[in-house]
Amino acid sequence: MPTNVSEYIYLMPFVILGVTILISLIIEMVSKESELILPWISIISFFIISLYSLLNINQHFILFNGMIEVGGRSAIFNFVFNLGALLVTLSSVDYIKKYGSYYGEYFILIQFSVLGMMIMAAASDIIMIFLGLELMSISFYVLAGINRKKLSANEASMKYFLLGAFATGFIVYGIALIYGSATTTNISYIVSNFSSLIHNVIFVTGFILFLIGFSFKIAAVPFHMWVPDVYQGSATTVTGLMSTTGKVAAFSVLILSLSAVYFLNVTNTFSAYFAALSTMSMLLGSIVAISQKNLKRMLAYSSIAHAGYMLIGLAAGNIESIEGIIFYLMVYSFINLGAFGIIAIIEGENDSRTDLDAFAGLNSKNPLLAALMSLFMIALAGIPPFAGFFGKYYVFLGAIKADLTWLAIIGVLSSVISVYFYLRVIVYMYFRESNYNFQPYLTPYAMVSVVICGLFVILFGIIPDLLMNIITDAIK
Amino acid sequence: MNFTILIFGILSLIAVVSSVLMITRKNAVISALFLIINFFALAGLYLLLNAQFIAVAQVIVYAGAIMVLFLFVIMLLKTENEPLIFSQNKLLKNFAILIGILIFVQFAYLIFYAKPSNSLIQNEVQSVKIGTIQTIGRELYTNYFIPFEIAGFLLLAATIGAIILAKKKFE
Repeated sequence: MPTNVSEYIYLMPFVILGVTILISLIIEMVSKESELILPWISIISFFIISLYSLLNINQHFILFNGMIEVGGRSAIFNFVFNLGALLVTLSSVDYIKKYGSYYGEYFILIQFSVLGMMIMAAASDIIMIFLGLELMSISFYVLAGINRKKLSANEASMKYFLLGAFATGFIVYGIALIYGSATTTNISYIVSNFSSLIHNVIFVTGFILFLIGFSFKIAAVPFHMWVPDVYQGSATTVTGLMSTTGKVAAFSVLILSLSAVYFLNVTNTFSAYFAALSTMSMLLGSIVAISQKNLKRMLAYSSIAHAGYMLIGLAAGNIESIEGIIFYLMVYSFINLGAFGIIAIIEGENDSRTDLDAFAGLNSKNPLLAALMSLFMIALAGIPPFAGFFGKYYVFLGAIKADLTWLAIIGVLSSVISVYFYLRVIVYMYFRESNYNFQPYLTPYAMVSVVICGLFVILFGIIPDLLMNIITDAIK
Repeated sequence: MNFTILIFGILSLIAVVSSVLMITRKNAVISALFLIINFFALAGLYLLLNAQFIAVAQVIVYAGAIMVLFLFVIMLLKTENEPLIFSQNKLLKNFAILIGILIFVQFAYLIFYAKPSNSLIQNEVQSVKIGTIQTIGRELYTNYFIPFEIAGFLLLAATIGAIILAKKKFE
């Protein structure tokens, strides 16, 4: 057993969430109307954990014999995961009634997935990364297909499961090779010996397999095939969760795996890999999104493009660009959660009203929704003064410092391409007549969730330093 | 003759004979039963190597759980069509033979030529102890306590997920 009881105190966020899961399961078991209580229990616990993480960013410890890392980098990621899950839960309350999966298990699975993400981000041992990843992925596979009656959801779940399992195979094989060559799974040992291990062929092979596996999870081209179908087929709120916090979790592992590069100034051997993936993702994501009429599918391609922008930072691999990625990830999470939240409000029964036409003339139906959607689209396109611009700005700046100006130029070019399809949504909302005759199903909880996202996007756009200082403190 | 070597001889004989019988049977169910015998013989070999935990896991997981899975698959699939697969596609058979040869070469290389890395040789005495259940249990509840708990949550999530997808009643 651990030598020190205080270790458990630092483990508080994990303990709180674990206990919440168990309590929720018991409530689900005994109560007939658990779906009325469970969202609020989840929200309370997510809120406590995100607040706790935000306040404990400066405490940095590695606990339980180098298994888990609390504070610092992991605290800032825990903050994003829990806040993201809170917003998703809030907008799910009414959405899943409409979607036909109004069950308590839905909320429990969200809690499970968040626990998995938190463990991935806090891992200090490769075993922990793997367990966290699996916990997150398994919850997502089920959440994607939670409504068994819907064919699209079944397809999404099945595709996600098969390709996810395939990616996990890469990761496990990579881990085995890393363990075989480094004779340990302890990440701090591997990081401090990274410069000598990098000459070992087995280690490099393992590391590349590991990176390939996580490239699947962040949906970078050419490992993106599953993304459009899964994002379109799943429930919109689940898509919101997968495309934001799920992606942040996978990126947190990629950032961790490169920590030797930006902390110890080891040459970034894998720069070419990330640069190639990034170029392909940005261009393919932005160009293919132009032809998408379905908004969920369009945002899926846009999320591929955004993974590309973030990968620029990994290709650069200096401390500025890593901070930039974390900033970008946080901001992108809020923007995307807001956008998917609005789609969830507009969406009708049986996956109807997710196409562009449904948004035509939204301004005349509900000016607030139209304004918020425009805000998110402008932020995704990266137009100042909103937060999306600064995310790209910091990452591109890091790339230029690392002599990867060409990559930053491709990034800017593909941003310019992407402006077209983001602004098209705004044009539809304000200048087109609606073919649909419906009133958006406005519910207070979903509105609150979307408005919170909007406030964060504006706040971080006006004072990006607020967030950037926190990240700089956390990374040290 | 040493007693351990005698047992080793008997177990390896059983393992080899049962695996040869397994791949030559026409009936898939009988093949599967020979596979169980093979697993048990292997478990005995692990015990000889002082790897108690792997021996137990071999019996419980492979001979138990995975065998049931195999039998279910055999039951659900039409195994009579199996010869057709090879007769229709000659390339598949050649490919299977190629893979078999590759794996054989790999093992032959491992056994006769490959040398264990230096870090493994140092712990030779210690490595004998590692296979015992005491050591694994102690490691699981001390150094690997957190991963152990998380694995519990992972299995819980998987169980709940499977039940939701398969059994949930919809209105």
